Amino acid sequence: MKYEDIIHRCFRCGYCKLTGDYSDFNCPPYRKFKFETYSPGGRMWLIRGWLNGEIKESERFREILFSCTMCANCVEHCVFTFSDDLVNIFIAAREEMVNKGIVPPAVRDYLKNIHVNGNPYKESADERGKWADGTSVEAYGDQEYLFYVGCVGSYDERGKKIARAVGNLLTRAGVSMGILGNAECCDGNEVKALGEASLFNLLAEQNIVLFKKLGVKKIITLDPHAFNAFKNDYPALGGEFEVYHYTQILSPLIQSGKMPLTEYNLGITYHDPCYLGRHNGEYDAPRAILKTIPGVRLIEMEQNRENAFCCGGGGGNFFTDILGGGEDSPGRIRVRQALDTGARIIAVSCPQCAKMLEDAIKVEEQEDKLKVMDVAEIVSNAMG
Amino acid sequence: MDIYRSLINIVGRDSVSNSQEELFIYSRDSGAQRPRRADYVVMPGTVKEVQDVVILANKEKIPITPLGGGFTLSALVVPNKGGIVMDMKRMDRVIEVNEINRYALVEAGVSQAKLKSYLEKNHPRLQHSTPEAPPTVTVVGNALIQGHGHISSRYGINSDMINGMEVVLPTGEVCRIGSSSVGPYWFTRGPLPDLPGLFIGWFGTTGVVTKLSMKLYPRPGYRELLTFSTDNIDLIPDAIFEVTQVDLLEDFFLINQEKPDWMNHVFFCLILSGHTKEELELKKNIYKKVFLEFNTLKGSRGADKMKLVEDLHPALRKRFLDVPPVAALAADFRKGGGFEYTGTILPIDKIPEAWRKGIEIAHKHGMICSYVHQILGGHSIMFAFNYSFNRADEKDVERTRKALEESNRLTFELGGMVWKGEVGAQRLAMARMDPNTAELIKKVKKSLDPNGIMNPGNWEVVK
Repeated sequence: MKYEDIIHRCFRCGYCKLTGDYSDFNCPPYRKFKFETYSPGGRMWLIRGWLNGEIKESERFREILFSCTMCANCVEHCVFTFSDDLVNIFIAAREEMVNKGIVPPAVRDYLKNIHVNGNPYKESADERGKWADGTSVEAYGDQEYLFYVGCVGSYDERGKKIARAVGNLLTRAGVSMGILGNAECCDGNEVKALGEASLFNLLAEQNIVLFKKLGVKKIITLDPHAFNAFKNDYPALGGEFEVYHYTQILSPLIQSGKMPLTEYNLGITYHDPCYLGRHNGEYDAPRAILKTIPGVRLIEMEQNRENAFCCGGGGGNFFTDILGGGEDSPGRIRVRQALDTGARIIAVSCPQCAKMLEDAIKVEEQEDKLKVMDVAEIVSNAMG
Repeated sequence: MDIYRSLINIVGRDSVSNSQEELFIYSRDSGAQRPRRADYVVMPGTVKEVQDVVILANKEKIPITPLGGGFTLSALVVPNKGGIVMDMKRMDRVIEVNEINRYALVEAGVSQAKLKSYLEKNHPRLQHSTPEAPPTVTVVGNALIQGHGHISSRYGINSDMINGMEVVLPTGEVCRIGSSSVGPYWFTRGPLPDLPGLFIGWFGTTGVVTKLSMKLYPRPGYRELLTFSTDNIDLIPDAIFEVTQVDLLEDFFLINQEKPDWMNHVFFCLILSGHTKEELELKKNIYKKVFLEFNTLKGSRGADKMKLVEDLHPALRKRFLDVPPVAALAADFRKGGGFEYTGTILPIDKIPEAWRKGIEIAHKHGMICSYVHQILGGHSIMFAFNYSFNRADEKDVERTRKALEESNRLTFELGGMVWKGEVGAQRLAMARMDPNTAELIKKVKKSLDPNGIMNPGNWEVVK
């Protein structure tokens, strides 16, 4: 297995489980399951035991490995020099399991659907661009940017609303961009996170060929997950593009006053998506947008920015739901953290986070107190 | 009887496991000791659940090993005779902080991180004694193994800071000990028969502590590290005596590392604190004078002379001022993920001898010597024989075990005691112990735990 030469170096000291100020445990599967086995250190030791033949493949072992949300809290807070590779180690272990054909059924089904349909929703590619019906968003031609929407923004009902909000805002702001519509294909971020390296390479290569053929130089993504794949994984496969999350494009436009905003008098807390925040260091652009809206009071959750608690949807869990259910599912914990701020809105900048947190609010029966809105939806409302 | 089912009935399906994965992790710790089998892991959420598990185990004569952070490194909470590992981390409430009476009442699973963070947020003028261990370790576990914290030089070891506790006895009764047994406050352990002593240092062999009250202390606004160095090991005991005659220290360490060269001196690290800058400056000046006078008294010259370290390496400064420090980094010195030490509680006059012999032991086993010793109030030192090892190299782990064993033997030969010693160290202590004292330990255990279910294998009389 890749990284086998460093896996024994984990001391299982537990810094990886905590926030930077030690105020709370911040590893989603550890918070939910509480056994040491579900912590990053426990996982490291179990992988080593598995490789040494001391641990046999089992349903629980699969659950332990695939419940990791790849949120990178461990990467952020591990004190050792190999910390940068922690998520990579977990992905490498998943790759081993994929290669041996011993993944949980939900993971198997996800990967199969991507392989067969090009998306996890078993939908036709013809449906991919329908989110843009009724908007002024154009097909990609020779515009400056490709607006890449991704599977959740293209097929999920909540995701589609967010895609429309972002598409409309970019159009109103005069950003020169277009979409691939039915020609768009899965970016593969979750495929890679779930350990299917070959399928990821195939998807990435397909996308790179297509983007190059169309002359794409700059990409705006709706979804931080796609942003992460394009920015960090595609270059090694020959896909060098200028990649932006949509908040990075909107932020300077809004701050410069090019998009006049009316008063929006609300307390808002912002949830950092892991693939935008910890994985890519973008904490400021979404906050700058929210702070520019007149009347908005941005109230931070105690766990924010590098210490943000994951919604539970990362690393493929949005689709596989291995972490779902129960009072201590990450989404429900995050909603309770948001409620503690007294804000009425959780702002997100990721369709997967939006869906995870909305579901959690329903289970917590807090719909009358808290609402999830994408940053783009908040801006749209403030623009009237 | 289906023990697994019975445990599920008590704590719920999600909080009990007999899966290979949990049994693997809970059958070993981060030190060098060999794995030892666990049969079940349970995570009780309430005192009642603890009580019911204990009653079940006592009825069925199944061993129970209570576990806090699980980071003794000496495998004290890895079962010796199988049975149930009781992981206390679901019981993680800070129940009360009484600011005016300066105590915190916490459940057994509260981590050092949680209490520290809670105090900083809600009671910023108070602090608790925080050990050098990673912040995930528990307050209760550390206090019960007679751990030390960052203010122990000043106020005593952490077990001295215990005001009282709630404990589930091996036969299932729940007892409150200390002032809470007679009134609503958890502010003092006496004047009463000192029952906390039945549970401190016993490594879980006499009951399961579910709540603990710890003393809190003023948190100063300013802290600074003052460091002196010498190359004369023989000066250490007298220097410690003089430094601790002036009762103004927050914490006090000796450190030395053979590599890099600039670390290969004896460093006296004095952590000073003050509520005002003036107070801190006064203390700094006083200690500078103490060392000046010490040099005069000893007629020290050249490399022997105690020198103020003016250009202290920032990493060293951080190492001693961070609360807690990231001491875990020692585990990766040899890129091997392993670390264990013999924590020797040693009379101060024995330091030079221990120092020299510790270097010999390290070299004998192919290791570079690295020391971090905490001086405990001028009465003793926690002299650490430190060994980093490569977890992936079984021969290296075995070398470490041998080095630990030799350090343990040396400790007793020098008249010292081993702190939180692994079973081997306990056996050495019991073999040397006054027979009547050893018999008393046995009687106390038998009286509280007639079926011998509580973490058996620890503190057992050597036949």
